[in-house]
This record gives sequence, structure tokens and C-alpha cells, in this order.
Amino acid sequence: MIEHLAALQVVIPLLCAPICMLVRYRDWAWIVALFGSWACLVISWLLLQQVIVGDPISYHMGNWAPPLGIEYRVDTVNAFVLLIVSAIGAVVTPYARESVRAEFGVNRVYLFYTSYMLCLCGLLGVTITGDAFNLFVFLEISSLSSYVLIAMGKDRRALTASYQYLVLGTIGATFIVIGIGLLYAETGTLNMEDLAKRLADQPLSRTVGAAFGFLVVGISLKLALFPLHLWLPNAYTYAPSVVSAFLAATATKVAVYVLLRFLFSIFNVKLSFGVMPLDTILLVLSVIAMFAASAVAIFQPDIKRMLAYSSVAQIGYMVLGISFANVNGIAAGIIHLFNHALMKGGMFLALGCVFYQIASVRLDDMAGLGKRMPWTMAAFVVGGLSLIGVPLTVGFVSKWYLVVGALDRGWWFAALLILLSSLLAVVYIWRVVEVAYLKPAPENAGDIEDAPPSMLIPTWILIGASVFFGINTDLTVGVAKQAAMQLLGAGG
Amino acid sequence: MTGGTAVAFAIGLPIFGMVLILLNDRYPNLRDAITLATSACLALIVFGLVPEVTSGGRPGFVLAEIVPGLAIAFEVEPLGMLFAMVASGLWVVTTFYSIGYMRSHHEENQTRFYACFAIAISSAMGICFSANMLTLFIFYEILTISTYPLVIHSETKDAVKAGRTYLGILIGTSIAFLLMAIIWTWFLTGTLDFTPGGILKGKAEGPILGLLLFLYMYGIGKAALMPIHRWLPAAMVAPTPVSALLHAVAVVKAGVFTVLKVIVYIFGIDTLAGIGQDDWLMYIAAFTVIVASCVALTKDNLKARLAYSTVSQLSYIVLGAALANSIGIIGGGMHIAMHAFGKITLFFCAGAILVASHKTEISEMDGLGRVMPFTFIAFLIGSLSVIGLPPLGGSWSKWYLMLSAAEANLIFFMIVFMASSLLNIAYLMPLVARGFFLPERKDDHHDDHHEEVDFWNGVRFGKIKEAPPFCLFAMTITSAGCILLFFYADRIYKMLAPVAGIQG
Repeated sequence: MIEHLAALQVVIPLLCAPICMLVRYRDWAWIVALFGSWACLVISWLLLQQVIVGDPISYHMGNWAPPLGIEYRVDTVNAFVLLIVSAIGAVVTPYARESVRAEFGVNRVYLFYTSYMLCLCGLLGVTITGDAFNLFVFLEISSLSSYVLIAMGKDRRALTASYQYLVLGTIGATFIVIGIGLLYAETGTLNMEDLAKRLADQPLSRTVGAAFGFLVVGISLKLALFPLHLWLPNAYTYAPSVVSAFLAATATKVAVYVLLRFLFSIFNVKLSFGVMPLDTILLVLSVIAMFAASAVAIFQPDIKRMLAYSSVAQIGYMVLGISFANVNGIAAGIIHLFNHALMKGGMFLALGCVFYQIASVRLDDMAGLGKRMPWTMAAFVVGGLSLIGVPLTVGFVSKWYLVVGALDRGWWFAALLILLSSLLAVVYIWRVVEVAYLKPAPENAGDIEDAPPSMLIPTWILIGASVFFGINTDLTVGVAKQAAMQLLGAGG
Repeated sequence: MTGGTAVAFAIGLPIFGMVLILLNDRYPNLRDAITLATSACLALIVFGLVPEVTSGGRPGFVLAEIVPGLAIAFEVEPLGMLFAMVASGLWVVTTFYSIGYMRSHHEENQTRFYACFAIAISSAMGICFSANMLTLFIFYEILTISTYPLVIHSETKDAVKAGRTYLGILIGTSIAFLLMAIIWTWFLTGTLDFTPGGILKGKAEGPILGLLLFLYMYGIGKAALMPIHRWLPAAMVAPTPVSALLHAVAVVKAGVFTVLKVIVYIFGIDTLAGIGQDDWLMYIAAFTVIVASCVALTKDNLKARLAYSTVSQLSYIVLGAALANSIGIIGGGMHIAMHAFGKITLFFCAGAILVASHKTEISEMDGLGRVMPFTFIAFLIGSLSVIGLPPLGGSWSKWYLMLSAAEANLIFFMIVFMASSLLNIAYLMPLVARGFFLPERKDDHHDDHHEEVDFWNGVRFGKIKEAPPFCLFAMTITSAGCILLFFYADRIYKMLAPVAGIQG
């Protein structure tokens, strides 16, 4: 059993999807999804424990030896991402029961769980696989299922948002598959480790350069790096609450992981940052993302959209960390990947609670919510403080390592920019705080209670974790540093 | 109780008190009694630490390790001990005052008020006792956030606007500059522990030290150097007890305390004096001293005038630190205590005037001294101490600060201190003079609130209309403190001597 964990990580959600479809009844489908997501969490935890102490795990699908067969390869980097994705899945699923019941037509609930399981399967597959083409296949599974999930939003604009994402996502996927194709043409292999070896042996050809370009652009579209982020705000705004939370916390994070994998493991640091001026490009784009997206967030009347723009800015921080190309920088990127998943996931869940009660997430409608939904809004505020980077929250730890990474690289102006941009977060979070706590509730507002416990508890698990890991950084910093060293070691 | 436990209690007790306060929302008397009991216990614990610290002990403990090599850790040293004594001692007095003020003024949300107050004190204790810059920074930020609900207490539009200035400047400077400086220091030295003699010695070149100093000084927004002083006048929309304890003592003194800590334990006064990168800081501080005093002259609103006076007085301490010699550090540290007693008395009086006669502008206070003689005498004592006249505490700190300027051979700054004392007279004395010597004005808003006078909202005795007894009691204590400190200044000197590197 234990040696098949790597396969089970993907197979379990893949099997749960059709079962959800077959049982049809909404609570049974929910139970299946719950089982699937919790099983994934257990598996990813076990995998991480194995690779922290030992060598990377290599699992040969169907016993076909790589490089011909598909290899699943788990090292510290992706074990950590697997844990993030499955942990978010495990927290979101219990929350989904109430939220989905309120936001979906009764008849479509099982369809939600089906595509949700497929999406989880896709994301985990992208992360775990050691085969470049297999990665593309899983990327498409997760993308297609997320188009469906977004289109399920109550608002009819969800359809156009989903369509927009479909068009841009497909362009991104096409770029990725072209890049992989060119690499195959040049090296004749699809196995990542094999690719890395063969690329290191031969001089840089025009083909490899083109492949590099296609891959970087395609992945950047997937991870919503400025200015390729245009699909994201609409998609997160109009998707159902659960979906926004789940995708915000996982989908872009997995894409960041893919970027890391390609830049450092398949190509190498010398090619990515020496021959190609990628550090400068990423630096400039991510700094613009940090400032522009945060500035746009300040003016959003819809809080979900505000958080979506904030996500674009936060992705900027992760990519900025990667652009430093040193241990502290990459570790900061990975730490922020984890931390941002916790806080942004928690905040989207809190917004889901708001939507559940007042059927709106517009700022104007949130007046007086601080007193009417104290637990929900407190969660939102704590998440917001973390987004700002106040000490004792995870956001502070991320910022600390980002700045150290910047100083390590000698880019002290970047360090200053990181801190200055976090002040924009103060502005957009405090807008909400002022309205929710200091504006009286409208006259016609009915009596409402706080959200049900089945929604509040998952929200607070994520928010609580974002405080816990702000104080106890053994897991995050330890694993992230190890992962960063593996990435740099593999390339150097 | 060992020293380490006492430190833990000093930080934890106010938090525990806060929980009890929140639980007793519906029973105001019990709630206020809890606040009082908590503050008294805290003061006992803090004062109990004094013998150990003065005899050279450094009690402390490590709470948690956030980043490998960086812990939330506490260690009491004399400077922090002094600040903790001032803050915890005055909390007891302020609690008395708050009970009188808040009840008499019929404020809303009193539970929130007392709860946030307790958190603020807890974080002030954390600042006092922190063993490294990271711990200090964490409590510095908690202090900012926990005082925000106090600033916007009235929830009016003005209050919300002032809250934005408050939070914007304090959070903005601390994250953009202070955090930058801290991380940079860590990057250069690999430690953030407060170490006698400083940690930056030999780790950085002159210009980088200068830049770091700039980041630190403008990162510590709570020290209110110009031009980042705007938050302090803005914070005056808060109820008077908040202005009194937090914006004359705990918060602002946390700022200058951090300045002293950074200069003594991060840079080291010898390092700083050696490189000559701090001239600009002296001139900025001197500029703030003079200009803020001049601005204070133009303010008719009593609390605004006091706020600008505080801005000016804080820069005394920054100037003392920037002079970078032992006497300057002692003078600066002593001024934390002296100014605290003087200024809190003045704020207590301002609040008493507001409660008893509903007046906020100085021009309306003609003849008020004869109606509120008690308050005005306290105001006189507080003013004289702030000006620095014997036999009041404020004279000693000013003495040492001027001595420090003399020792550094910088006569210009001696003149600055003297000119500022004259300005102090010019903006504080007129109120006392108006109150006692000008005839009472009969014209404008003579809307005597004919409300029932009871124990909670005032004292009436013939023509005398004084503030509630709780407020009067608090004023008596602090103005007596101003006088006592004149006679006990040598104790503070002896206590601070090891910090400044003088063998007691």
C-alpha cells in the first residue's frame, strides 16, 4: 500500500469524480467528495514525511520504467505543494455543503462535486508528475473542470467570465504544449529528469530558446502574472464562493510550482537567469503587479473582485521571490505560496459566509456587518492583517524572507518596494474594516445571525492556521528552505 | 515569584484582565473594579522587579522562535524597567481618572474602551521588556492596532478620518522603514538582540549606518519627528484618558523609548558618535522642538496645544539620544519619566475642564480658574514641570540634556533647549493666567447644564464647579508625583547609569 501512495494521491480523487456523478443525491455526493479530499490530505502528509527525511520518491506508473513510462516523482518541493492543495481541499469540502446548497440549484449539486473532484485530481496530478506531457494532460483536466466550476456561479456573468478564462486558458495551454513539443523535438524525451540531463549536455539551440519562451509565457498566463492576469478578476468574482476560495488558494499556486519546476529543474539557473534575462523581466513584471493590482484593488466596490486583484498582487510577491534566484528568495516564494493559500483561502471563505447571509459581497451592503456577523468579519480582519504583513501572522514571515532575499541579491530598492507595496494592502483592507465596523447597518436590514458552524469552522481553521504558522515557522520555513536548496542544487 | 515569571505576568495580566472586562460587559461597576484591580496588580508586579534589576539582574524568558535564530524573547534592563514603572504606575492613576471621566461624560462602548486599553498596556509592557528588536517591533505594531479603536472611539466622521491619519502614518512608517531597517540589520549582523555597546559596530560602513539610522528614526513614527508627527494631533479626537495615558505616555514614550533602545543597543553610542552620521538627526530634532512649540502657540484648542507640546518634548529625547553621549542618554531616559508625569497632569486637567464646564478652547476659559481652582493648580504644577522649573521633576531631565549638549560642545543645542523652555512658558502659562486673573466671560454659550450632580459627575461647592472626585484624585497623585520626582531624581540617575555606561 505504502509504495503506491504516489499513485493513490491522484487516483482517489479521479475515482471519486464518477462516483459523485453516479450517486446523484447531493449529500451522498458530498460524503464521497469529503472522503476523497480527506484521503488526499492524509496521503500528501505521509508523502511529505517520507521525502523530508529521505530521498525523492520515484513511482513508475504501470511499472513502465522511465524515461519511456510515466514517472511520478515526489521531492520536497512538490510534496509541500501537494500538501497545500490537498489541505485546502480538505478544509473547503466540509464548508461546501451549506454554501453549495445555498448557491446552486438543487439538481446541479452532484455536478459540482464531480467537477470539484476532477479539478482536485488535475491539480494534484500536475504537481506530482515527473513527466512533462503528463503535466500538460493534468493541467487540462484541472483547467477544463475549473471552467465548469466557474460557470456554475449564480450570476449570469459567470458564463462570460468562464468563457473568457476558457479562451485565455486555452491559449496558455497551447503555448505550454508547443513548448513541450519543441523540447521533445530537440531532446527526444518527455521525462523531466531526463530532459534536464540532456538539456544540460547540449549547447543552447534556437529551438530550446523558443521552447523556453513558449513555456514561460504559457505558464505565466496560467499563474496570472501581470499583464497576463486579465482572466482572473472576473473568474474569481463571479464563481461560486466555494470555487473562488478553492481556486484562489490552489490553482495559481500550482502554476507557480510549474514555473519553479521548469525554470530550475528542467532548464537550469544558468539558462533561465544567465543566458535569458528572465530575472529582470520577472522582477519588473512582478513589481508592477504588486503596485498596479493593489492600486486597482483599492477602488473595487465588489469585495470579491478586490480580493481577486489582491491575489494578482500577491502572485507578484511569489514571482518576485523566484526572480531573486537565491535560496532565501525562492524559499520566500514557496513560503508565500503556502501562506497566501491560507490567508486568501480563509478570506474568500469568510466572504462566502457573508454571501450566504446577505446574498451580496458589495462594500455598500456590508455596512454594520462587524456587529451582525462578528465571527465572520473577525476572520476577514485577521486574514487582512496577514495580507498586510503584520507580525504574528504568516504574511509577516513571507515578507521577512522576501526582503532578506532581496538584500541577499543586493537589490535593496526591491526590498523597499516590497514593503511600500504592502501599505496599499492597508488601504484596501481598511476600507472594508471601516464600513463593516463603523458604518451603521441600513434601516431595512433584517435580523441576521452569523453563518452556520459548518461554514465558520473551516473559515477559522484557515485563518487560525495563518496565525499559527506566523508564530511557529518550523514546517513552512524548514520545508521551503530545503525545497529551495533542492531546486537550486538540481540546476547548479 | 522569579524574575522571568514576573515578566510573563506583566505582559499576560492585562490580557487576562481584558478577557474579564469583556465578560463583564453588563456589569459596569464590576468591570471597572476589574480594570482597577488589574492595573494595581500589574503595578505591584512591575515594581517588584525593581530590586532585582537595579542590583544588576536581567530577568527574562523566551516565548517562541518565529524565524530560526529569532525569538520572541524578553529581558528586563534598566531603561525598560523605568518605562514599565512609569506606564504601569500611571495606568492605575489613569484608571481612576477614566472611571470618573467616562461616567461623567456618558461615553458609549465603555467595555471596548477598557478592553483595548488593557491590550495597549500589555503591548507597552512587551515593548519595555523585549530582548530583541523583533519582539519590540511585534509589540509596537500591536500597540498601534489596539489603540486604533480608542482613537475612533466616538465613531464620528472626524474620528474616522483622524483614525486613518493615525493608522496610515504609524503603520506606514513602521512597515516601510522600521521593518526594512530591522531586516537589514539582521542581514548585516545575524542578530537582533539588544546588546550593550551595539551590534552594528564594524558590520557596516559609514553611509550605510547613516541610511540605517534614517530608516530607524523615520520608521519609529511614534517618536513623532517632524514631518511624520501628524498622527499625534489627529489622535486627540480620542477620549481624554486615552490622550492622557496613551498619547502623552505609553504610545509616544514607546516611540522615544525605541529610539533610545536602537541608539544604545543596536548602534551603540560610541559607534554612532564615532562616525558622525547623526548630525542631521540632531538638527531635525532641534527643528521639531522649536517648530512644534511655535505651532502649539497658535492652537486655541487646549488638547491640540498639548499635543504639539508633546511633539516638541519628544524631540528633546531624540535630541538627547542623537547627542550620543552618556549624559544625553540619561537625560533622555529621565525625560521619559518627568515629561510623563507633567503631561499626563495637563491632560487630566484638560479632560476635567471638558467634563465640568464643557469647554475645549483656551479663549473660552477666562476666569475658569476661580470656578475650578483645584484643576487649575494642578495644571500650574504640571506646566511648571514641563517647562522645567525647580522644584519640579522636569528641571532635572532638562538639566542633564543641556549638560549633554555642553559636553558635546554644541552650544547651539543648549540654546535650542533654552529657547524651547521660553516657548513652553509662552504656550502653557496664558491658560493659568486667564483662568485666575481675567474676569469670567458672560456672553457665549452659557448653557449651564442643570443636570443632577452626584458622586459620579462632579463636585459642587458654592461657586466651585469641579470635576468628579475620581478625576481630582488622579490629578492630585500625578501633580504630587511631579514634585516628588524632583527629590528622587538621583534614583533614576543611578538606575540608568549602567545603560549609559557610567559606573554607578
